[in-house]
Amino acid sequence: MPAQIPAVDYLVLGNEPHLQVWRCDDCSAAYFDRRNGCARCFGTAFTRQPVASEGVVRAFTRVERGAKEPFTSVVVDLGEGVHVKANLRGVDDPNLITPDFKVRMFTYVVGTDDEGTEAVAFAFEPVGS
Amino acid sequence: MSNNVWVIGTSMTRFGRFGEKDLMDLAVEATSGALKDADLDLGQIGLLALGNVYETNSHHGQRLQNQMGQTGIPVYNVVNACATGATAVRVAMMSILAGETDLGLAVGVEQMGKMGLIGGSKRRDEKKVYTPKGRYGSVVKTEGTFGTNLMPGVFAQAGTEYALQHGVTQTQFAKVAHKNHLHSTLNPLAQYQKEFSLEEILAAEVIAWPNTLPMCCPTGDGAAAVILCSDAKLATLDPDVRRRAVKVSASVLTSDPYVDGGQVQADINTLTRNAAAQAYEKAGVGPADLDLVELHDCFATAELLHYDNLGLCEPGGAGEFIDSGAPYRDGRIPVNVSGGLLSKGHPLGATGVANIYEIVTHLRGEAGARQIEGAKVGLAHVIGLASACGVHILEKRA
Repeated sequence: MPAQIPAVDYLVLGNEPHLQVWRCDDCSAAYFDRRNGCARCFGTAFTRQPVASEGVVRAFTRVERGAKEPFTSVVVDLGEGVHVKANLRGVDDPNLITPDFKVRMFTYVVGTDDEGTEAVAFAFEPVGS
Repeated sequence: MSNNVWVIGTSMTRFGRFGEKDLMDLAVEATSGALKDADLDLGQIGLLALGNVYETNSHHGQRLQNQMGQTGIPVYNVVNACATGATAVRVAMMSILAGETDLGLAVGVEQMGKMGLIGGSKRRDEKKVYTPKGRYGSVVKTEGTFGTNLMPGVFAQAGTEYALQHGVTQTQFAKVAHKNHLHSTLNPLAQYQKEFSLEEILAAEVIAWPNTLPMCCPTGDGAAAVILCSDAKLATLDPDVRRRAVKVSASVLTSDPYVDGGQVQADINTLTRNAAAQAYEKAGVGPADLDLVELHDCFATAELLHYDNLGLCEPGGAGEFIDSGAPYRDGRIPVNVSGGLLSKGHPLGATGVANIYEIVTHLRGEAGARQIEGAKVGLAHVIGLASACGVHILEKRA
């Protein structure tokens, strides 16, 4: 099996791939990026924490221009103050996205570099698909 | 210290694409027009704030002086995303309120040409060896892999978030574009003056759903300028200048407060609501007192949200508000009678100043065919990501 690397460092690979956030130790605000401080409470201590892999679509669009291939972008509310932006697979018609639209995360190989290492990305799909 | 600040001169170039001109040609045209409008010369101006985004590291304020007159006054080169122009106006206003000058000049100028949709994607070479980079430790291009963060997609998603909460339809979003393109047919300074039917708008190429091409603002070139004046100075000026002076009743600038998810998907609402609340309080007016509004319709979806954010409609009622015809020029609260960013154009640094030009021109009763008769109070709003929001409330002189 070729070596794999997560396409972003907040994706954890393994038997149960999942996303993780930096939680502010003081106020629990959640961030995906490397932090210097907390934008809500100014705290500077953070702890890595796994987050849910299922959530509800909060916002969406279908990008038709400016992309190699059209794609559906979603902002997913994963609960506990965590929102993530990602692609939604399996829904090409945005009219199908309705309030309380539930989705779950999955991973896929997004590319391979010249040394044969596979980059693994994540996306979402409708629950039940 | 001055208690009130007044607009005594304003001008704007036509917005469009002017490849034969450079940034300074546009800035000089707007500045000269504003000086003439105020019956002043550059030697009387005590401060220059020049707003521009794409050439901001070229010290464009001093470049303008090089072309028009070097008087040794303080120059502020201002950049604040799409709120750049409004921020330049606010810099001039604060200097007057601080007692540093009695006459301030704010200019906004941009030359974008035909550079495609704002923030449009550029293809980059793929990395040969995956190496985590940046604050997200990414090894691949994130745009299109992890959703979209380009402006058309961001504002589309802002719109669908509201739609999921309040049941707004694509047709209701499209009505915004219908209205603003219709309004622009009366504005000779607009980049486009072409009416589109609702059917044409809905059938046009989808850029980022629900926004089709006529629901997205164009890129372009243009400039606008305003001259601000203190109470004390106004009293010394020509009676005709005094008669045409327009009061700046509120000048507010906000940025994003923290909200959950705000660093994932830009929150264009909270800072606009905060700015509006502060502006209404400072001016002592409410949404029902407004005779016209120029707001930041960079995409049709955005305008609908700002009806709600600025308190023009009932909470959650932006869809019904456009259906009622209220924001059309013959409606209850005319919005973007200039044609808005969608049709008048959006040369980034100029936009915030041009919105004030539009309001002032109506309050003076000088807007010609597009005049909102009897206008006494107007609001100008801009927002830039991520994120700055400027709101100015202007009032006709009593």
